Amino acid sequence: MEAVRTEMPAPAMPRSWRVDTKPHKFCPGCGHGLVLKCLGQAIDELNIQGRVVFGCDIGCSLLSWDFFNIDTIQTHHGRTTPVMVGLKRARPELVTIAYMGDGGGYAIGAQHLVNAASRGENITVVLANNTQYAMTGGQMAPTTLPGQKTETTPYGREPETTGYPFMGPEMVAAITREGAYVARGSVANLRQLKSYIKKALENQIAGRGFSFVEALSGCPTNWRTNAAETWDFIEEEMPNYFKVGEIKASAAAKKGEEDG
Amino acid sequence: MEKPIQEERKAFLTGNEVVAWAALVAGAEFMYGYPITPQNEIMHYWTRLAPRYKRGFLQTEDELSAGFTTIGGVMGGKKAFTATAGPGNTLMQEPLSMAEMMRLPVVVVVQQRGGPSTATVIYSQQEVTLTTMGGNGEGLRIVYSTSSHQELFDYTIKAFNTAWRYRFPTFVLGDGYQAKMREPLTLYDPEARGVAMVGTEPFVGKEGVPGIERPPAQHRNTFSLEEELYEKVKTDAGDYEKIAPSVAEYSSKYTEDADLVILSHGVVFRAVAEAVGSLREHGFKVGFFRPVTLRPMPVGPAREMAQKAKKILIAESALGQLARLFKEAAFGAQAEIHTLFKPGMGITAEEVEEKARELLQ
Ligand SMILES: Cc1ncc(C[n+]2csc(CCOP(=O)(O)OP(=O)(O)O)c2C)c(N)n1
Ligand code: SF4
Ligand SMILES: [Mg+2]
Repeated sequence: MEAVRTEMPAPAMPRSWRVDTKPHKFCPGCGHGLVLKCLGQAIDELNIQGRVVFGCDIGCSLLSWDFFNIDTIQTHHGRTTPVMVGLKRARPELVTIAYMGDGGGYAIGAQHLVNAASRGENITVVLANNTQYAMTGGQMAPTTLPGQKTETTPYGREPETTGYPFMGPEMVAAITREGAYVARGSVANLRQLKSYIKKALENQIAGRGFSFVEALSGCPTNWRTNAAETWDFIEEEMPNYFKVGEIKASAAAKKGEEDG
Repeated sequence: MEKPIQEERKAFLTGNEVVAWAALVAGAEFMYGYPITPQNEIMHYWTRLAPRYKRGFLQTEDELSAGFTTIGGVMGGKKAFTATAGPGNTLMQEPLSMAEMMRLPVVVVVQQRGGPSTATVIYSQQEVTLTTMGGNGEGLRIVYSTSSHQELFDYTIKAFNTAWRYRFPTFVLGDGYQAKMREPLTLYDPEARGVAMVGTEPFVGKEGVPGIERPPAQHRNTFSLEEELYEKVKTDAGDYEKIAPSVAEYSSKYTEDADLVILSHGVVFRAVAEAVGSLREHGFKVGFFRPVTLRPMPVGPAREMAQKAKKILIAESALGQLARLFKEAAFGAQAEIHTLFKPGMGITAEEVEEKARELLQ
């Protein structure tokens, strides 16, 4: 007879996660935890835990200030990019990761994203796009889909008066030079998202310039969706506007895709 | 590495050039900045000098970024600084509130300009309230107000030591006039004068693998419980109070027997010192009191002076920003308070003297 398992095995956590702060602080079903799982795995695979500094924004990403066994700076809303830029400039041997939401990256911190990208700052930005301002209770963000209801678009976002969804990676790709790495992944495909984040980090390690990964992410709390509806929104609705894939990758990074 | 200044020497420089030299000899490793008059030449001189001594510079997209990149540099364990003025100082207060919360030794040189808004660029003392009290929070920062080029040099060096010793954001508060004017001073290497430079330490990116060889270094500015924040602010405020008496600096003269003490700071103090000298020569019992640190105020000496003096004249190129700080420090003292407020305007020794004579009649 086979040995009977008496305990459930602990779910596999990336080595770089901080076990004593788990379970994490995000709501059940939140996309942030999934993005950070991919990030943790990428850090593990690259074996860079000892030289990474993680920066998180204000937004639900702030809840990750003690998420990893990694030196971490929680910054202000939209300001994680410049903090990581300043750190990287002063300590080029570090691998610096700026983690933020769509509001932080595309609204209040847009000038920092644009200029860091256009200067070719050698940092990695990972942005969780959940189509609204989650932490403050679900207001419209630059990424809110047309017709999507939020607290400040109670009748649905009207593009005529409030514009169309902000195309972050496309914008970053347009203003960066060769050598930048830009991709959009989704928590609906974690293997792919991890490979994008890993390539973004490799890009920084190789000193090729700015690297940026947007992750389509879910916020069941503010969307007021059940599990099925949440996944439907991420997998069916969001890709109508936000195309998943690599938008800018050097030949070297593309090769990584084939190998990995 | 080669020291920027080997032997003490006399120089005739603009204030902005003086700041660049001071930061260099203080061992500043990185400047982050955004152009604004009248501080531009700090960056201009820094960018010319820095490569020779392997120091870094980044021109950012705005002052929010200049402040936050400076924070990044400081948290990496580098002596980093920025410089700004006016509307730039307004933006700078967001990153500086984070520096205050996280006890980061950020150094900022402010060359004040007129306000509100864009206003003028040469002369003003209207950034006192902003610089001493900052944004949301309790104003736990240190502000040196300089009145000569020698002081700009001395206190810029000192600002780095104060910031890294006590871990409170530290400002050098000059103005457009000091920034642009040329004046003789002595340049020196601080260590050659026995001034030891306080060492730095990284907040993140430390030695060893976090979680394996050491705990991770994790810094936050958000708290979920009121009690947590309360403890934090109380602790920081307690630390601040403890160091305040040793950080506070002032100068005063002839206050013992004075019928009138003239209070001023920064560039206006130059006119006041001259006026007081002249009045004394004419037999008037006039003295001066000048806080060098506007935050913390030299509370004890200020109060003592205000208890002895019959009349106090407060002269400043603002509408009472120094006066507010002083009245708080000297609360309860009996002296009659008079004012010479000229927001955004220069104040001459003649004006001070005339006003003093009026008050002494
Ligand atoms: C200067 C400033 N303005 C506004 C806020 C309030 N605020 C906190 S989080 C947030 C929005 C967060 O949205 P996002 O960046 O998309 O992150 P999410 O919570 O959705 O992950 C806002 C507006 C703030 N903290 N600071
Ligand atoms: S509010 Fe939304 S984004 Fe924030 S933790 Fe909850 S599910 Fe995640
Ligand atoms: Mg969001």
